Amino acid sequence: MAETGAGQDSRGRALAARLRRNRWLLAAGFVAVIAVYSFAGASVYVLLPALALLVATAMLPADAERRSTDAGAAIEASGLQRLSGEYLAAAVADPLIIFDHSAAMVHANAAAFAAFGGLAPGMSLALKFRAPEMQALLDGILSGEVAADVVDYTEKLPVERTYRVSASTVGHATGLYVLVFKDQSEARRIDRMRADFIANASHELRTPLASIAGFIETLRGPARNDPAARDQFLQIMQNQTGRMARLIDDLLSLSRLEMKPYLRPGTAVDLRQTIDSVIDSLGPLASENGIVIERDFIDGPISVPGDRDELFQVFENLLENACKYGQSGGRVTVSMARVDDGQDPGIDVTIRDYGPGIAEEHIPRITERFYRVDVENSRTQKGTGLGLSIVKHILTRHNARLSIKSEVGKGAAFTVHLPAR
Amino acid sequence: MQSVHTVSAYDEELKFLSKRIAAMGGHAERMVEQAVAALVNVDHGLAQKVIQDDVVLDEGQREIDDKAIIIIARRQPMATDLREIVGAIRISADIERVGDLGKNVAKRVASVDGRQPNSLFRGIEALANLALTQLKEVLDVYASRSVERIGFVRDRDDQIDAMYTSLFRELLTYMMEDPRNITPCTHLLFCAKNIERIGDHATNIAETIYYIVTGDQMPAERPKGDKTDKVVLPGTVPAK
Repeated sequence: MAETGAGQDSRGRALAARLRRNRWLLAAGFVAVIAVYSFAGASVYVLLPALALLVATAMLPADAERRSTDAGAAIEASGLQRLSGEYLAAAVADPLIIFDHSAAMVHANAAAFAAFGGLAPGMSLALKFRAPEMQALLDGILSGEVAADVVDYTEKLPVERTYRVSASTVGHATGLYVLVFKDQSEARRIDRMRADFIANASHELRTPLASIAGFIETLRGPARNDPAARDQFLQIMQNQTGRMARLIDDLLSLSRLEMKPYLRPGTAVDLRQTIDSVIDSLGPLASENGIVIERDFIDGPISVPGDRDELFQVFENLLENACKYGQSGGRVTVSMARVDDGQDPGIDVTIRDYGPGIAEEHIPRITERFYRVDVENSRTQKGTGLGLSIVKHILTRHNARLSIKSEVGKGAAFTVHLPAR
Repeated sequence: MQSVHTVSAYDEELKFLSKRIAAMGGHAERMVEQAVAALVNVDHGLAQKVIQDDVVLDEGQREIDDKAIIIIARRQPMATDLREIVGAIRISADIERVGDLGKNVAKRVASVDGRQPNSLFRGIEALANLALTQLKEVLDVYASRSVERIGFVRDRDDQIDAMYTSLFRELLTYMMEDPRNITPCTHLLFCAKNIERIGDHATNIAETIYYIVTGDQMPAERPKGDKTDKVVLPGTVPAK
């Protein structure tokens, strides 16, 4: 019912528009006919049909319209006319929403339902897309001011997504409009990550630099003739330069890893020997912190495909963390076990400390760059905030997994699962 | 969907109200988002823009009030329609307050110099994300009228309160460390408080929507998770 009503309505509107366009010609014709009538004195029976003929001619479709009718005919001939709009919408990979003149949704494809929760036919799009630029887009297209328009629309929550949204009318006088969303979040996110990383890295480098600058100033001024203070300050400055050097080393190894994230290391690595040498190299640190390292290895040769230096760095970082932050526990256990649960056989290496543990809210985030559970503690322990980030990168390259279990007050366990294949 | 009235202009008027509310909501969301971004990046230009944008919301509220009064006077609405109209008045007032709170955050950007620890700003950003998520979800429910999903509002409210309490504690610690931190940290404290209030307004809006759709009040268990009234740092408790 409503549709045929709308059809008649639009046809009526088209006729009215043609009349309006031809109003001057029409008026001129009228004047001419009436002039002839009054001068020549022809009968009324000639006059009225002549006027009616004029009006009818004015109502005939003009060139432009005839062309669009031809295009319509061409579509019909190619069989597209019979194609359901629904199928066509479903075939579009980007979210696509069709709506009517009151901004009520008529149809949305599966991608739109997946991207925007809470869509339902009949729902007002003006209520769903409330951002000012989207409101302006909908208003512009519905008021008929523009036939098609494009805006950039960013949804911040729950996850940041950026779309380039194009709105346009569907066909001629169908009373339907369409919104197509092109997802551009990935590009935006990469840009953001790069900017964030530079900001973080320079912040980390600026802190020791500021402290060194401060001590130089003091050494040249008030502490010029104070040998004891001078010595102490030089010691602090040395620590700070050491910290900067470590940071730069870590940044370099991180960037090296990022350059080739998909390069799978191929040679076999003797895991037992690697971990033994890690434990040996960290012996001094452990005894300095009063930590006893316990081993719990399985028997037999243990080898996994990988890059020895990189795996060495993984276990070095993990064990170093355990020695530093699990100091209060007095011991750290390194255990190795073979896992054969069918789907993902491999070796599990667990490094467990008995220190204060990590609060639940930090666990998902501690592999982020520069994320620190306790900034002060990390600084005094000479941490760069990049250790676990490097671990994560190396393990991704090895197709391996890092899982972290911890309970506050009971220590933390970092388990590396290295696939046997 | 909604039942249709004999006088279609009446429908148009009701639709106008909800459309205007949605536009106000979108505007308020954007303002809060930008105010927090201005605070975190110490962006004075953006802060000025937010302060100027508040006019739009004031105007929106006035317009909705006028329209609602006219509809009541002219159409003598009953039942759902009456609730819809009264609800619109209430929601627009809440949204206008959200805008004011956003504006207040933006105003404080001038007093915060950005030398405070990053973790503070990150905390405020996380708090704002929680509050904005709540606001967004509530306004989404206003669009879809699916009030059965409205229970999330209270869970979210608890999270916001917990986050606010932890920020409060952190700010107090910084102030105790160094008296020079007191000015910026006090401003940040007010920013956090404002953002927490935005969450409360979102909860109010949720209750109004529930009332509009069902005609009942939302069940009245509202646990109070804001524990800042009890936060004291060691060494500062006055002896009894």
